[in-house]
Amino acid sequence: MNFIDKISSEQLDILKEIGNIGAGHAATALSMMLNKKIDMKVPSVRIMTFDEMIDMAGGAENVVASVYLRIEGEAPSNMFFVLPLTQGNKYIQQLICDPNFSFDNPPYDEMAISALQELGNILASNYISSLSDFTGLDLHSSVPAVCVDMLGAIISYGFIELSAFSDYVIVIDTALNEANDDNARSVDGHFFLIPDPESFEIMFHSLGVALNE
Amino acid sequence: MNNSQQIVKVGIADMNIVKAPDAIRTSGLGSCVGVVIYDSLQSIAGLVHVMLPDSSLSRNDPINLAKYADTGIKELVSIMIKHGARKLSLKAKIAGGAQMFQFSSGNELMRIGPRNVEAVKKQLSTLHIALMGEDVGGNSGRTIEFDPKTGVLQIRTVNKGISYL
Repeated sequence: MNFIDKISSEQLDILKEIGNIGAGHAATALSMMLNKKIDMKVPSVRIMTFDEMIDMAGGAENVVASVYLRIEGEAPSNMFFVLPLTQGNKYIQQLICDPNFSFDNPPYDEMAISALQELGNILASNYISSLSDFTGLDLHSSVPAVCVDMLGAIISYGFIELSAFSDYVIVIDTALNEANDDNARSVDGHFFLIPDPESFEIMFHSLGVALNE
Repeated sequence: MNNSQQIVKVGIADMNIVKAPDAIRTSGLGSCVGVVIYDSLQSIAGLVHVMLPDSSLSRNDPINLAKYADTGIKELVSIMIKHGARKLSLKAKIAGGAQMFQFSSGNELMRIGPRNVEAVKKQLSTLHIALMGEDVGGNSGRTIEFDPKTGVLQIRTVNKGISYL
């Protein structure tokens, strides 16, 4: 039995709503931290192979700044906040007031790493607490871990839990961009929420929708 | 120079084989391990992108053989032999198994890289395949490419550039 085969379009809509609420609060927090208007795109929920997910996020070799959190509690999940390097540079420059900072020149300043970690922490705790309020589930997060490296090497951590169950991943993706960006279609960051296989039923149940109707 | 060289790409939990002059590659190895098995005399090489240490972890049926160290290496060897490689001349090079994120808590999930490496080595030794080189562990993502003609494994990381094995 594969849990993915049992998911209906109504349930996918619920997952979309979860992304909407979580990332909406996180985007607001990011706006306040950076004092910039940040727009959030309509979340997408997709069922993809591992390779498709990595291609969708920008390609295995694309270098990104990322924050990873393990969500623990009643619905364990993996969460990533992923920034393209140019955007990561911009945010960190502003947070640590150093216009010369760049993730292109390792080793990185300790301040910059801890700023990225703090950024991830604030975004994630907003995401998770709104998710917890919405579902009524007890959710809390691990200390965020920061990594600047190839996207494929990073995101594949999110597949470990579910890979014993499936060759497919259900990912709740919310893209962000700066409101005054010249190119309104450009994406400046992503939240990826990848629930563990057994968490879907728990989330649906908490919202009053059974998994196998 | 050979302009007709193709580079065959292998995805996550996937495997494939090539014959010279073609090369084979896989991108963005983190905790996963890229296992190259080759027969230099026949200029044939296979690559499997292993995600998990052991097929007994599987809760999925039918299982994807390429996902696990034990079944992936076994299957790759049998495919290579079908395509003309000789069992006794098979050798291996491996890369990957990094620990990308440093967590203070001793989360078992975070140790998946080293566990994958251990499982790969165990399976290679079970099948009596000599391990000729390895670039494993650490905390960097790797992209690897193998040329069956030269037997050289090229490894690229973001911070250290390109190295050869």
